[in-house]
Formats: sequence, structure tokens, C-alpha cells
Amino acid sequence: MNNLGFSLLLLIVSGMAGFLGSLTGLGGGVVLVPALTLAFGVDIRYAIGASLVSVIATSSGAAAAYVREGFSNIRIGMFLEIATSIGAVVGAFLATVVTTSFIGIVFGCVLIYSAWLSFQRRHASEHSEKPENPISAKLSLNGSYPGVTGERHPYSAEHPIQGFGLMGIAGILSGLLGIGSGAVKVIAMDHVMRLPFKVSTTTSNFMIGVTAAASAGIYFSRGYIDPGLAMPVMLGVLTGSLLGARHLMGAKVHSLRTIFAWTIVILGVEMLYKGITGKL
Amino acid sequence: MTDEEGHRIEIIIGRLLQIGVGLSAVTVAFGAIVYLVQHGLENPPYGKFRGEPSGLTSFSGVFSGVAAFHGVAIIQLGLLLLIATPVARVLFSLLAFLHEKDWLYGFFTLIVLSVLAYGLFSR
Repeated sequence: MNNLGFSLLLLIVSGMAGFLGSLTGLGGGVVLVPALTLAFGVDIRYAIGASLVSVIATSSGAAAAYVREGFSNIRIGMFLEIATSIGAVVGAFLATVVTTSFIGIVFGCVLIYSAWLSFQRRHASEHSEKPENPISAKLSLNGSYPGVTGERHPYSAEHPIQGFGLMGIAGILSGLLGIGSGAVKVIAMDHVMRLPFKVSTTTSNFMIGVTAAASAGIYFSRGYIDPGLAMPVMLGVLTGSLLGARHLMGAKVHSLRTIFAWTIVILGVEMLYKGITGKL
Repeated sequence: MTDEEGHRIEIIIGRLLQIGVGLSAVTVAFGAIVYLVQHGLENPPYGKFRGEPSGLTSFSGVFSGVAAFHGVAIIQLGLLLLIATPVARVLFSLLAFLHEKDWLYGFFTLIVLSVLAYGLFSR
């Protein structure tokens, strides 16, 4: 196959990954790297470079839609971006020294874990009656979001230090694997910091672009970002995810989400297998 | 920064990000046409990792490639625009925090900005 055919095929596959990823809320980047390496035989380092670029495109492209909802918290986002961006730089350097098998094994684990998390029902964290954490108060890691009748619901982050640490790990995974690592961010913001559901989703979308940009610079100067490969991937994922975001979450999406999650499990198992047997 | 003020800033930031992504996508798509005209009938070489040539891994290399009308360099310029988009967002947040005289968050934003600069300019 020549470059023209290869680009067209990748454009379609990336478009589908972006569409399904944004429709199901599982993200497109997470299936891209396995698809590129397993189905197209692309070296995992090139695949990670291309995926990282598409992660920046989707998170920045969706930001305007998220902003309209008015739930994201700039301060909490910036505070946690210190951890994710430093982590991303560490992850990108790790990617240049570890073996591709190691990357494959970590990737497989993250895929299986993300799928498992998507099978769990994500419940809103109940309003706690605890007094505000002194560190959160000092760093103004709090805010309020509008309710249905326009009333304000105040909230404040719990366990800011633990959340910060987990975000560092999310950053490392993002830099090492070229993904948005939404799954780890969900734990940090929903389960540990106990932020309201809408606040954590919109704030984490904002953070993903900055995190990916931190490691993308290193990937660029190390020669991991190939224009011929990144071009169809970035254009495809961006178009697909914008189309996916236009569709409302309906009843059909639930079964689609289940199918997509199982696809992620299969890809994860295959990445693990190829990594352990050294075939990556 | 009150919630309303914060929201106004976010709307500007959201627009800023959209413009950055749009500019980048147009540049990449234009570069794609040039690249496919120049190299469309060659075979893709991604099975084996060699790393990109130096002309595609530095700002000066990319700019001189664009001047020579190389499709790959035009795509790479578009991708650099994309990487620069979140950086512009952080820069804008810095200005917003300094305008609010929020020195603590101005400092936090400066840390994030230095990490981003380090990633982009480290060799």
C-alpha cells in the first residue's frame, strides 16, 4: 500500500476511534495506539507520538463546548496541572529509555483498567458535612456550580495532597503512553478529591491538553512525531470526536459503550501478550 | 475572581483554543495535500523506528522546510501550532491571574509555563 492509501485508511480508522471515543466518553486515544501497532504494524513510539498530538486536538477542540456549561474550575485545574505537566515530562523521558515491551505491558494494564472503570456506575459524590480541608481553603480549591433553578452549590476539594500525587501519576502515564489518561484523573478528582461530577469532567478536559503539550514537545524534539503518520490520525480523530460530541447520550449509546469497552479489553489483553512475549 | 468573572475568562479561553485547533487543522490539511502530491505513491516506512530527520525535529528545521515547500514540514508546522495552543491558554491564564493580583496562582501558572517551555526547548 502506498502513502495515499495508507493515509486514507488511517483517516477512516482514526475518525471511527474519535467518534466512538467521544460518544461513549471513553476517549479515542486509548484505542489508537493499540490499533496502530497491532493492526497497522506501526512502531509503538511513532504511534504514541501521533496519538499524543490527537489528544491535544480533541481536548482543545471540545473545550469551548465544555466552557459553555460553566462548571470547570480554573484554579483547581491550574493547581493540578503542576502535577500533570511535571509527570508528563517525566513520562516522556521514561518513554525514551524503557523498552517497547515495557510500554506495551503498562499500556495493556491501563487499557484493561480503563474498561473495568467504565463498567462501574459513576455515582455523584455525596455532599460531605466535613469542615473544609485547611490546605484547600488556603489554595482556594473550592467554588460553586449552578443548579437547575440557578441556585449555587458550593463545594471544596478534599485530600488535595493525595489528589495532587495521583495527578502526577496520571501525567506520567499520559507522557509515557500518549493518552489523556482520563481513568486515573477520574479517581483523583471524583474519588479522592470528591469534586462534583460535572466539575471534574470539565476541569479534566481542560487539563488534558496542557498535560499532552508538555510531553509532546519532548516527543517532537526526539523525533517521535512523524508528520505523515500524525496527519491522518490527528485530522481523523478531531473530525470524529467533534461529530461524536454532537450526538446526545441516548439509550443506544449504552450498548455501544459496552461494545467499545470490550474492544478495549481485547486490545489490552493483546498488548499485554505482545509486551510479555517481546513482540512489540 | 468571582464565578461570573471566571466564567467570562473561560469563554475567551475556549474561543482561543478553538482558533488554535482550527488554524492547526487547516495547516495540517494543506500540508497533507502537498505531501501526498509529493510522496503519495511511495510506501509508508513506519514498521521500523528510525526517528525523524533533524529537519523535522527543530523549529528552525521546520521553518526552512516550509520555505522550501516540503509537505512534511508544512504538516509539522501545523502540529507545532497545535502543541502551542494549550501553551497560549496557560499564558492567557497567567495574565488573567496577574490582572486579578492573585500572586499565588500567578506563581502556580508560571511553574506550569516553565515546565511546558522545558518540554518544548529541551534538547
